[in-house]
Amino acid sequence: MKSCDSCPAHAQLEQMGIALGRFDRVVALAGNPNTGKSSIFNALTGLRQHTGNWPGKTVTRAEGGFEFGGLRYKLVDLPGTYSLLSASQDEQIARDFILFGRPDCTVAVTDATALERNLNLVLQVLEITEKVVVCVNLLDEARRKGLEVDVRSLSRDLGVPAVGTVARTREGFAELLHAIAGVASGEIKTSPHRAPPPAEVRSAMDELLPLIESLAPGLPNARWVAYRLLEGDHRVRQALLSGELAGLSGDAETQTATVGAAR
Amino acid sequence: MSATPGTPVAQDVLARADRLQRGLGERFRDRMVETLYSEAERIAHRSVKATGSRKYDLDQRIDRIVTSPVLGLPLMLLMLGAVLWVTITGANVPSALLAKWLFALEDAASALFTQWGVPWWITGFVWHGVYRGLAWVVSVMLPPMMIFFPMFTILEDLGYLPRVAFNLDWLFKRAGAHGKQALTMAMGFGCNAAGVVATRIIDSPRERLIAILTNNFVPCNGRWPTLIMLATLFVAAAFPPLFASFAAAGAVVAVTLIGVGFTLAASWVLSRTMLKGEASAFTLELPPYRRPNVTRILYTSVIDRTIFVLWRAVLMAAPCGGLAWILGNIHAGGNSLMGHAAGFLDGPGRLIGLDGVILLAYVIAIPANEIVVPTIIMAYLSTGMMTEIDSLSELRSLLVDQHGWTLLTAVCLMLFSLLHNPCSTTIMTIWKETRSAKWTTVGAIMPLAIAFIVCFVVASFVRLVS
Repeated sequence: MKSCDSCPAHAQLEQMGIALGRFDRVVALAGNPNTGKSSIFNALTGLRQHTGNWPGKTVTRAEGGFEFGGLRYKLVDLPGTYSLLSASQDEQIARDFILFGRPDCTVAVTDATALERNLNLVLQVLEITEKVVVCVNLLDEARRKGLEVDVRSLSRDLGVPAVGTVARTREGFAELLHAIAGVASGEIKTSPHRAPPPAEVRSAMDELLPLIESLAPGLPNARWVAYRLLEGDHRVRQALLSGELAGLSGDAETQTATVGAAR
Repeated sequence: MSATPGTPVAQDVLARADRLQRGLGERFRDRMVETLYSEAERIAHRSVKATGSRKYDLDQRIDRIVTSPVLGLPLMLLMLGAVLWVTITGANVPSALLAKWLFALEDAASALFTQWGVPWWITGFVWHGVYRGLAWVVSVMLPPMMIFFPMFTILEDLGYLPRVAFNLDWLFKRAGAHGKQALTMAMGFGCNAAGVVATRIIDSPRERLIAILTNNFVPCNGRWPTLIMLATLFVAAAFPPLFASFAAAGAVVAVTLIGVGFTLAASWVLSRTMLKGEASAFTLELPPYRRPNVTRILYTSVIDRTIFVLWRAVLMAAPCGGLAWILGNIHAGGNSLMGHAAGFLDGPGRLIGLDGVILLAYVIAIPANEIVVPTIIMAYLSTGMMTEIDSLSELRSLLVDQHGWTLLTAVCLMLFSLLHNPCSTTIMTIWKETRSAKWTTVGAIMPLAIAFIVCFVVASFVRLVS
C-alpha cells in the first residue's frame, strides 16, 4: 500500500519566494537553454523570474525557496548550457555549483522535443553527481509534434528517476516534487548510468582511480575527477591540491548536517 | 581527512595524470565526446517514439518564410509597422478621453482650493504644477503602452525575437560585431539597461563592449511613447486623414530603422578603431514556436512593462512638474527663471532644429527619457500665455502656433530622442558591467555627440533647401 504522504493528491507545495531564512535542502536546476527551467523555478517558488522564449534568458544564478513535506528547499536556477565540458562563464557557473555546491538534488530539465541533444548534458551531470532527477519538460509540445516519451524506460536507462512535466499547466509537478524529496533524502537510491569510456581513456583512468580514492575516500565522482585530470581541468586540479575535493567525499548524512550548519 | 593542501600524494597524482595525458594523444577528447553523443542517441531512441510530426513541419515551413533571405526583413518591417499602426490608431481615443477627465479634475480641484481660500501659490504648485505634470504623463503615455507592450510581449513569447536576430546576424557580422548583438539589441527595444545586462551572453570582451556602447541607439520603452506621440501629432497631420495613421506608423518604423542603422554604423566604426578585431562565430538556436501564455503576457506587459515605466515616469514627472512651475513663476529681471535657462540654451537648440526649452527638457529628463515631452509641455505652459490646455488638438496648437514648431522640429526631436545619451539608469548599468570610467564616458558622450551632429546636419540641410 502506498502511504497517504506519497499520494500525489496529497502533495502540499508551499511557495516561499525569496523569503528563505533557514532551509533543509538545496536543489539545483540544470539543463539546456530554453527548456523551461525558469518556468519550473517560478512555478515552484512563486517568484516571477523573467521567462521568455529565447535561449540564454537566465544569465546569472537565481535563487528561491519552497516548502514541501515539512521541509524547506532552496532552489537554485543555473544558467542554461549545452554542456559542462568547456570553460565559458555560464558553463563554469553551472558545473561548479553542481560539483562544489553539493546540492542535495540536481534536477536536469530537458526538452521532450529534443531529448537526444538534451541527454548529452544529462549524462554529463550524471558523471558529477548521483543525486539527480531528470525532468522531461515540454511534454505538451512533444505531444503536438507527435512524439511520445517513455519516461519509465528513460528512468531505467539512466538509473535515476525521470518525470514528465508541463511547466505551464503544472502537469507532473506532484511526481516531480516527490522524486526531488526522495532523492534529496536518500530514500530513492540511484545508480546513475555512466557510459564506458573508450578503451585507452579507460586504462588511463583506471591507473588514476586508486590514487584519487586514497586521497578522497568515498568520492562519489572519482571517475569523473580522473577524466577531468586527464583533460587538464584547472579548477579540478586546484581542488585536488587544496584538499577541497577530499572534502566532497564522506557519507551524505554527515555532509548534509555539516553543510546545514555552515549555512 | 586524508589530504592536506598540496601533499606530495596530490602532486604525484597530477604528475601521473600529465604523463598519462601525453600518452593519450590529441584525439582522446573528441573520442570521449563521441562516446557521450552516441550514448545519448542510443538512450533517446529507446525512449522516444515518433507518431507523426505535423507541428514540426509547420514550424519549419513558417521559419522558411520568416527567416528567408528575401522575405525575412520585409516581413519584419511589416510586422513592426502593423504593431505601431495598431498602437497609434488605438491610443488616440483613450488618450483624448483620459486627458479630458484628468484636466477636468485639475480645474475642479483648483477651483475648490481657491474657494477654500488656499493661497494661490499652493494651488498653483500642487494642481498646475505637480498634478498637471502627472496628468500629462498618464494621458500621453498610458494608452499607447497598454496597446504596444502586450503586442510586443506576444511576439517575444511566440519565439519571434530570435528570428529577428537570425535575420540581422549577417549585418552585425559585416559590422565586425557579434551576431548575438542582434539579440541584445532586441532586448534594448524594451529597456536599454536590460539590453546592456543581456550582453553577458557575448563571450568575447571586445564584441561585448561594442554591444554595450551601441545598445542605446534603439528606442526603449521610455522613448516609444515620445516617438509615437510626435509621429501622431506632426507627421500624421501632414498627410490626408485617410493615410495619416499609416504615415505616422511609417515614420516610427523609419526612425527605428535609422536607429538600427546607427547601431550598425557605430559598431562598424568601433570595430575598426577603438575596438579592433574579427567577428567570432556562434550558433543560434531557433526555439520552437510556442503558444503565448495569456496570463504571463498580461503580467509582463502590464506589470513589468507598463506600470514599471509609468511609475518611473510618475516619480520623475511629479517633481519635474513642480520644478517647472517654480521655475516658470519665479521672476528675475523681467523674465522667469525658466525663461532665462531656456534662453541660454536657445542658441545651440535652434542650431540643431530644436529650441532652448526642448534642450532644457532633455537636461531635466536625464534620469528618465519618459518625461521629455511632458517636461516640454510644462515648460511652455509656465512661460506661455495659454494656461488651460485640455486636449491633444490644443496641445498641437500650443506647440505649433505659440512656439513655432514645424515638421522639422518634430523630425529633429525624434532623431534627437533616438540618438541622444542614455538615461542615467543605463549609464549606471554600463558602469556596473564594464567597471571602466573610460567606456562609461564613451557610452554616454558618443551618442550625444552623434545626436547633435545628425540633428545639425538635418536642420541645416532642410533650411538650405527651403
